[in-house]
Amino acid sequence: MSHETATTTDERSLFGYTWQRLTLYTVLAAMTVFYLIPIETGLMTAITDPASYTGSYPYLPPLEPLIPGTGEFSLAPWQGALDGLGQGLVNSIILVVPATILSGLLGSMAAFGLTTISWRGQIGIYILFVAGIFIPYQAVLVPLTQFWYNVVPLQAAFQPLAALPLVETYHWKLVALIITHTAYGLPICTLLFRAHYKKLSDEMVEAAQLDGASVATIYRRIILPLSIPMFAVVFIYQFTQIWNDLLFALTIIQFGDAAVVTQDLVGIGVSQSGTNFPLRMAAALLAALPTLLVYIFFGDKFAKGVAA
Amino acid sequence: MRNPLTVLRRRWSNDETVRTDGGTSAAGSVLDRDVVRSAPFWLPPFLLIGLFIYGAIIWNIVLSLTDFQGLGSPDYTALDIENYVIAFFGGTPSWSELTVSPIWNSAWNTVVLMVSFSVVCLALGLVLAILVDQKIRFENTFRTIYLLPMSLSFVVTAKFWLYMYNVETGLVNILLGAVGVGPIEIVQNPDLKLAAVAFALIWQFSGYAMIVYLAGLRAIPTSHFEAARVDGASTIRMYWRVIIPQLRTATVSALVVLTVFSLKAFDFLFSMYGGYQPGPSADILATRMVREAYANGNWAYGSAIAVILFIMALAIVTPYIYSQYKRGEL
Repeated sequence: MSHETATTTDERSLFGYTWQRLTLYTVLAAMTVFYLIPIETGLMTAITDPASYTGSYPYLPPLEPLIPGTGEFSLAPWQGALDGLGQGLVNSIILVVPATILSGLLGSMAAFGLTTISWRGQIGIYILFVAGIFIPYQAVLVPLTQFWYNVVPLQAAFQPLAALPLVETYHWKLVALIITHTAYGLPICTLLFRAHYKKLSDEMVEAAQLDGASVATIYRRIILPLSIPMFAVVFIYQFTQIWNDLLFALTIIQFGDAAVVTQDLVGIGVSQSGTNFPLRMAAALLAALPTLLVYIFFGDKFAKGVAA
Repeated sequence: MRNPLTVLRRRWSNDETVRTDGGTSAAGSVLDRDVVRSAPFWLPPFLLIGLFIYGAIIWNIVLSLTDFQGLGSPDYTALDIENYVIAFFGGTPSWSELTVSPIWNSAWNTVVLMVSFSVVCLALGLVLAILVDQKIRFENTFRTIYLLPMSLSFVVTAKFWLYMYNVETGLVNILLGAVGVGPIEIVQNPDLKLAAVAFALIWQFSGYAMIVYLAGLRAIPTSHFEAARVDGASTIRMYWRVIIPQLRTATVSALVVLTVFSLKAFDFLFSMYGGYQPGPSADILATRMVREAYANGNWAYGSAIAVILFIMALAIVTPYIYSQYKRGEL
């Protein structure tokens, strides 16, 4: 033990770097470059004036008079990206916020009913929840399209609602997508909450039961307040997943005014005259911005979510 | 008010339930009442997944037995396995005048992508986890950067890598040019397509493997590292002989998740190739299914491919969930 600690301290001291440590840090730095360079290249291209863009040094900032061939600085691509993705960004927000909250809340309730209150056979129900995490979406696409377009008269229901301010007829597709994402987010949310609830001590719940508290009271007064850290993890995970999804949007929204940001991003920056790389990179970064910000500020919680 | 004795008994049986057999033993009417009392909490979510996940899967299986094609609605009166025969052997189905090719090409690509992507991700993730675990400075920063691509959408990463791979302006070709190779067409090159896709996906998800392995490494008692050191084992030997064998659980869970990710690579291919046509050398079952259904209108045939994909996922996931259940980790 002491031997181990001694070598470690030795190796970690500022002047005690062995060549092994040096190699270690070189490799780690090289991997940092590997993971960041596609994003860095995209960012540098995204702030280049499309007219002066040459593509010779995509990884350098646009410093045209100083370094020839790098292009001139411009925010025009971002303006173009905002014009191209604006509607999609709004639709994505309308989709993501309720879908995230609903799947998180229902996931917490399901985990509570299947963990904190224990009863015979609940593991069987729970297995059906867990298996849902691994279902490839392809296995349900055609039925989902049939369901939302031919079985549920959601579109007809939205015709009168469109008279209300801020409601448009095409919002029915977003509602359909919200419900779909809620259902498919439930398995992972339930798994995350169950892992959390298993660690809570039984004593508080039992004391409350002794006092005659109902199941609903136990959930609201004891479990919900203790779930707040887990809600942060679940919301961050779900927000990222739903914001990033393309397949459900493609098959349920298909096309039209309700298209979300990932759908709009697919075709942006391509025209007859060729690819406008500054515009395309600005659009990619703009579409990624919400999840990137969430990751930068709450990265540890995101890591917790994916590691579960 | 409840009799304290009952509560005690319940607590006793609960402890047993959790620790030994995962919930099959039970004690009397109290537990039965708890099913009902907790139903308002678990039943609505359960109905939601029952309808949208399991109901949809069953409906999809039925649809795959119909001849549903084009506009209109499916006819459920004449069910047969024709779509599966076409999927495996090709031919001209009754619902089409054209010859439909079997799925072997995209099935093979799916397996190649799945295996190469998962294995390289695991290997890279393991190496990164071991490196990050060496009591380094700025550990959090390195970890955050390595996991960063995973927060991005498939659509976004496809755009980045489309740019990286570009013949004229892509960084990959600039680097190749620096060592005197190329420029090479990568994205539309039948020989390189699948490798290019796999490489970009490895970039995106190897950080995930690292996080899982890091958690696994941290769970190994320090004494195991020390014992190996005392025995005079070299670092590489210690990891190979002592540490890596203990990461079996981490490997299996990361492998299952990564495999399922690779089955979902549709979003990436759709964004990379700007539509449903990645071309035969990068076509996987996920893209073939969506193309057949949503671009060609061959709904029933698409459903049949979806069932095959579903069975592949089931074959990977069922043993995993079963072993988790046996070890009481669910």
